[in-house]
Amino acid sequence: MVDELLFFMEVLVGGLLAGTMYSLVALGFVLIFKASATFNFSQGAMVFFSVLAFCGFMQDFNIPFVLAFILAALLMVVVGLCTERLVLRPLMNASEDTVLMATIGLGYVLEGLAQAAWGVEVRRLDLGIGDFPVPWIADNLKLFISALDIFAGLVAALMIIGLSLLFKFTKIGLGLRAVADDAGAASSIGIPLKHIMLLVWSAAGVVALVAGCMWGARAGVQFALVDLALKALPVLIIGGFSSIPGAIIGGLIIGATEKVLEVYIGPFFGGAIEGWAPYVLAIFFLLYRPEGLFGEKIIRRV
Amino acid sequence: MKPVFMTYTKKDLTNLAVCMVLSVLVIPNFITTEYWYTSILIPWLCLALATIGQQVVMGYTGQLALGAAGFMAAGAFAMFNLILRVPDLGFVGSLIVSGLIAAAFGILFGLPSLKVRGIYLMVATLASQFFIIWMIDKFGWFKNYDSSGIITAQDIVILGKPFTTPLAMYFVCLAVTTVLTLLAMNMARGSTGRNWMAVRDMDIAAESMGVSLLKTKVQAFAISAFYCGVAGALFAFCYLKSLEPVAFDIKLSFKILFMCILGGLGTINGAFIGAAFILLFPVLLNSVGNNVFHGAIDATIISSIEQVIFGGLMIIFMIYEPLGMAKLWENLKISLKSKLSSSGIKNTKSSVQKSE
Repeated sequence: MVDELLFFMEVLVGGLLAGTMYSLVALGFVLIFKASATFNFSQGAMVFFSVLAFCGFMQDFNIPFVLAFILAALLMVVVGLCTERLVLRPLMNASEDTVLMATIGLGYVLEGLAQAAWGVEVRRLDLGIGDFPVPWIADNLKLFISALDIFAGLVAALMIIGLSLLFKFTKIGLGLRAVADDAGAASSIGIPLKHIMLLVWSAAGVVALVAGCMWGARAGVQFALVDLALKALPVLIIGGFSSIPGAIIGGLIIGATEKVLEVYIGPFFGGAIEGWAPYVLAIFFLLYRPEGLFGEKIIRRV
Repeated sequence: MKPVFMTYTKKDLTNLAVCMVLSVLVIPNFITTEYWYTSILIPWLCLALATIGQQVVMGYTGQLALGAAGFMAAGAFAMFNLILRVPDLGFVGSLIVSGLIAAAFGILFGLPSLKVRGIYLMVATLASQFFIIWMIDKFGWFKNYDSSGIITAQDIVILGKPFTTPLAMYFVCLAVTTVLTLLAMNMARGSTGRNWMAVRDMDIAAESMGVSLLKTKVQAFAISAFYCGVAGALFAFCYLKSLEPVAFDIKLSFKILFMCILGGLGTINGAFIGAAFILLFPVLLNSVGNNVFHGAIDATIISSIEQVIFGGLMIIFMIYEPLGMAKLWENLKISLKSKLSSSGIKNTKSSVQKSE
């Protein structure tokens, strides 16, 4: 009985920590949605692009770790700048769906560019933190929990706290919220829309880089990261598109449910149900609470 | 314009006649290489049909859906099992029933559209994509307990006659596509299509005017999935000649989405234009790579460039012409017409001056 409970705990904790990885990707979506009410479908591609660039700098040019990270982050700022200038500004007055489709196109461009520049083979990324159980926890609590998972959880927590504080207490954060609420009104009282967009897309790029590092260290830096990032969508639906804490709670729920279902129910159906379980979970959430746990209620008028 | 035959105008009938003459008489007589049939014309017709399905739900009803390939897989595997287990049904019967089975999935996964829209709906339809592929993959019954993963599709036999040559398969695809395209055009022009468009343009307003959202949306999803299912069956039986769930992955869904958007949302001819573009462009790019650069550029680089161009075009079209290539074609026709008739305008002007 104790063993079973311990096993359940292990599955649950593993799932929760894996969920923070989804949260990291979801965080990038939330940042952009919160500041511009734009749904950025290319976030997954940005994850792939940024971490591939990071690996490329390190492995092809032998640039040291920290410098390569900074360069990759700068590259994401440039991507943000180009996106703002070439995609978002011309689409300022377009409908949500049009912008969404444009970001699907942007995702394709980023994926293609990344592969053209750095090749298609899978790259290994070593963060210096192994993806194996921490001995101390294994000895004392009898739980096998990966060090990488714990590290990812910590990073996610730090980023979420930092960003929440930024949005809540700084002048920039206030500007971001104003723009999200009504871009026209915000710009008419003198909030520089261009700078806000640039800032938010760069921030989302850096968040994508961090998320990509975590995923890359686990699964290798490869194209499949884009598909993995799709799983951030159910996370967002559960947590709400405009809530930073929602992203983490949604990630935890998805991560935990996915793993528990896979371990306890999956074997009856031949396994691999984690491929669709998060989406079906999201559908049930949509039917009962379309705005997510922490999202703002959507009111539509004719 | 005045209708000449039933509700069709003269223009419709000439368009139909031109298309039919081209596809039935000109193409089979002038194109003799098998490559064109097996690698371009057949997949073009199949994917155009699937794109019409995507058009119904996305272009006409305005619901962002991203699960076309899932419904195609449902149709393809339904077809395989129907021919295997219910041979009495015949090819055409199986094709219709597999479309209906796909439509049932469409209704099931279209239900969330009643509550949500936009990106939320996209996620719900992604569930259908992943679920259907997983279901086919994990339950051996669907694949007739074949362990190799790739099943060979049965030969097409209609009324005792085998249709196995590329040309014969082309005619099968052509016949099905023609019938379903005409049907889609009729639906889009009739009250069904009006309801779809009313829901697309403003669903709340449509509802207050008495358009039933439940009926319209579910109907659109069912019809869309029916088209995708039939297209998937044709795609597997005429083009791939094999069945494997991997062929219907999310990448194919994105491809169909691109065909639909680049071709022109809310147009039937856009489906054909978009499918042709997405299919032919990589062929063109590859031949440029081989002939101009003589293989100096790696194939992976070429496919990356292709991806960049598709994505870039998507952005450019969204900015400058959200109605896609069908609209460009329309504009081209209008400008040509006005150039041709500019001399006629001068004549009328002078006659107006005279009468004054």
